[in-house]
Amino acid sequence: MDIKRQHSAPLVEALEDFRRKRVVPFDVPGHKRGRGNPELIKLLGQTCVSLDVNSMKPLDNLCSPVSVIREAEELTADAFGASHAFFMVGGTTSSVQSMVLSVCKAGDEIILPRNVHKSVINAMILCGAIPIYVQPAIHSEIGIALAMEYEAVKKEILAHPRAKAVLINNPTYYGICSDLKRITDLAHAHGMKVLVDEAHGTHLYFGENLPMSGMAAGADMASVSMHKSGGSLTQSSILLLGPHMDAGYVRQIINLTQTTSASYLLMASLDLSRRNLALHGKEAFAKVVQMTEYARDEINSIDGLYAYGKELINGTTVVDFDTTKLLTYTQGIGLTGIEVYDLLRDEYDIQIEFGDMGSILAYISIGDRMQDLERLVGALEDITRHNRKPAFGQPISDFVAPEVVCSPQMPFYAEFESLPLDETIGRISSESLMCYPPGIPMLAPGERVTNDLIDHIRFAKEKGCSLQGTADPNTEYLRVMKE
Amino acid sequence: MSYNLWLHTDDDKSSFNVDRQIFSAQTDYQRVDIYESKQYGRILTLDGDVLFSSQDEFVYNEMAVHVPMAVHPHVKKVLIIGGGDGGVASELISYPEITQIDIVEPDEEFVNICREYFPETSRGFRDSRVHIYHMDGLRFLRRKMGEYDLIINDSTDPFGYTEGLFTKEFYGSCYHALKEDGIMIYQHGSPFFDEDETAFQSMHRRVYRVFPICRVYQAHIPTCPAGYWTFGFASKKYHPLNDFHSAEWNARNLKTWYYTTNLHLGSFLLPRYVEDLLITAER
Repeated sequence: MDIKRQHSAPLVEALEDFRRKRVVPFDVPGHKRGRGNPELIKLLGQTCVSLDVNSMKPLDNLCSPVSVIREAEELTADAFGASHAFFMVGGTTSSVQSMVLSVCKAGDEIILPRNVHKSVINAMILCGAIPIYVQPAIHSEIGIALAMEYEAVKKEILAHPRAKAVLINNPTYYGICSDLKRITDLAHAHGMKVLVDEAHGTHLYFGENLPMSGMAAGADMASVSMHKSGGSLTQSSILLLGPHMDAGYVRQIINLTQTTSASYLLMASLDLSRRNLALHGKEAFAKVVQMTEYARDEINSIDGLYAYGKELINGTTVVDFDTTKLLTYTQGIGLTGIEVYDLLRDEYDIQIEFGDMGSILAYISIGDRMQDLERLVGALEDITRHNRKPAFGQPISDFVAPEVVCSPQMPFYAEFESLPLDETIGRISSESLMCYPPGIPMLAPGERVTNDLIDHIRFAKEKGCSLQGTADPNTEYLRVMKE
Repeated sequence: MSYNLWLHTDDDKSSFNVDRQIFSAQTDYQRVDIYESKQYGRILTLDGDVLFSSQDEFVYNEMAVHVPMAVHPHVKKVLIIGGGDGGVASELISYPEITQIDIVEPDEEFVNICREYFPETSRGFRDSRVHIYHMDGLRFLRRKMGEYDLIINDSTDPFGYTEGLFTKEFYGSCYHALKEDGIMIYQHGSPFFDEDETAFQSMHRRVYRVFPICRVYQAHIPTCPAGYWTFGFASKKYHPLNDFHSAEWNARNLKTWYYTTNLHLGSFLLPRYVEDLLITAER
């Protein structure tokens, strides 16, 4: 990384130049620097609204960048150690979908863990790729789905030599990492591309003593949620390419679904965040790790709670752990993560990232303060005092291994019938169903509905989980393929 | 020649005619300014909000200390959360039966500023029974079980860096840090202005659900918003009026400027609109 060049922020500088010129707008957006919608200025501020402009020559165009956006993308690629970087404005969902669409056509096989984000499964619905799932192991004590094991991937690579790519979560939402380097090398040796979903891994590129990043491992593509640990605005993301990808083709793939009116607010936030990470990321994430470790120790001193960390590493299903993730197993105090998540919000005015069956995730970032961590720990202690129930005997997992019958595209478009949940047992689903967050489908199109799954859905509902994905907003009915 | 400088606080709720600014610093936690004023003596502001003035801080300190001390029959260990100005501790040291006064104030620089600019207010710091801990109040409390007879929450701002000390988790921790007959005194704010009503009610709601006895009392403090301030009296056993020992307290012959045993009784009699706010919060 050329640190000297990283001091500039070409897109932000161009926007500032543009503002100083006081150009009269006879183009979109129609609010015309907010004058046509004063309430917008009141809500967001004059600076924000006046930067909400359209693509034009001095500000470049995201669909086909040649000047300031291109420079900003080049600086981003340099900062992340990638050959090419794309600014993305449709969230990391669009980055992930572009990865899959870039390497798979209809009928192509792709090897991936089943505990992927819904965006991956939706990409396969779009392009007709065929998933070859590696079922993740479940941790015996805390019930979370672990990483794709090297040997399991190897087995699938040998069994499916024509597969186009291997997709890896790095890390999972739970901070769990696969053996990224070895899997990447193995996939490459078999002529397969390596796609890395780094929605929860921006900091891996800048912090020290953290798991290896996708680009460092030699991956071909990586989707990085800058808006999570990177500090940019929500919905902004980047897509990174390694040296063996055709950037022009990937650009065309992105443009199939990306807006032609990309928001300059989002893009400018990417430019600024990249600069900030390149210049100050190392110290910032050292502080995040320090805060997280402190909170982890404090939570672990509360009887019944378990904030897990590097001790999970076992060399196979957990090859590394991202210590910036503050996860706590809550079933030891007889509560599901969802219940603790709700208590924290309703009783203590603390909003955390997610609660699932057994865990809660408090997202710690460059914006956190120690006194807020004290509140979190204090609240968890108070919850333990007042709401504790007998510990669960067996951990209840979030992940129910599905029975995959066929790839997701055909069942999604096939004729369906909508049935009450209980009547769908044994049928093939034509839609996805997940708890959100974390947004990992419990059921995807082409998978058989089982008794276990229905029990699991009922339990999740009873515990107050927000279920999504089905056409029925209440998830009472499920669409299954007509027989 | 005299200047008329006006210090306006918090959306013009109150204004002070100041002569000059005598100190300004940004600590790790907050911006501290000290002004010399015509009517109030020295005024200290934190992040632009008036914390106290040398002319009226006695009201606050006396009401925070003598009300519980006239109720609880044998206070030995006291914890003050916040209290970096030393005013509450200075009031407490006149009770000989108190053996230990712990002050938890994260902002060490603030304590040093108060020692220098408010030597009279901070005289309590010089008493050998007083121990200052520079750490987060919530963290200090987390490990404490059944230790204190009296906890006084003297922290300043429910929306600043001390906001964690106005939360359910804080009151829960206080409850457990108190002995089985312990009392907690906490700032309840000024309920007069509309935007403060919600904070006033949610505070009462939180404490009301934790402590069996939970009452609010009031005082007239000119530099507070609307000149009106309330305190919370939360207790596991003693009732502020039924267990009030006025004769014993008067026998101590303590010199006060604001507190009297008659005023003690009266301070728990609240205006109708304040009572209504509390009753609504209890539902």
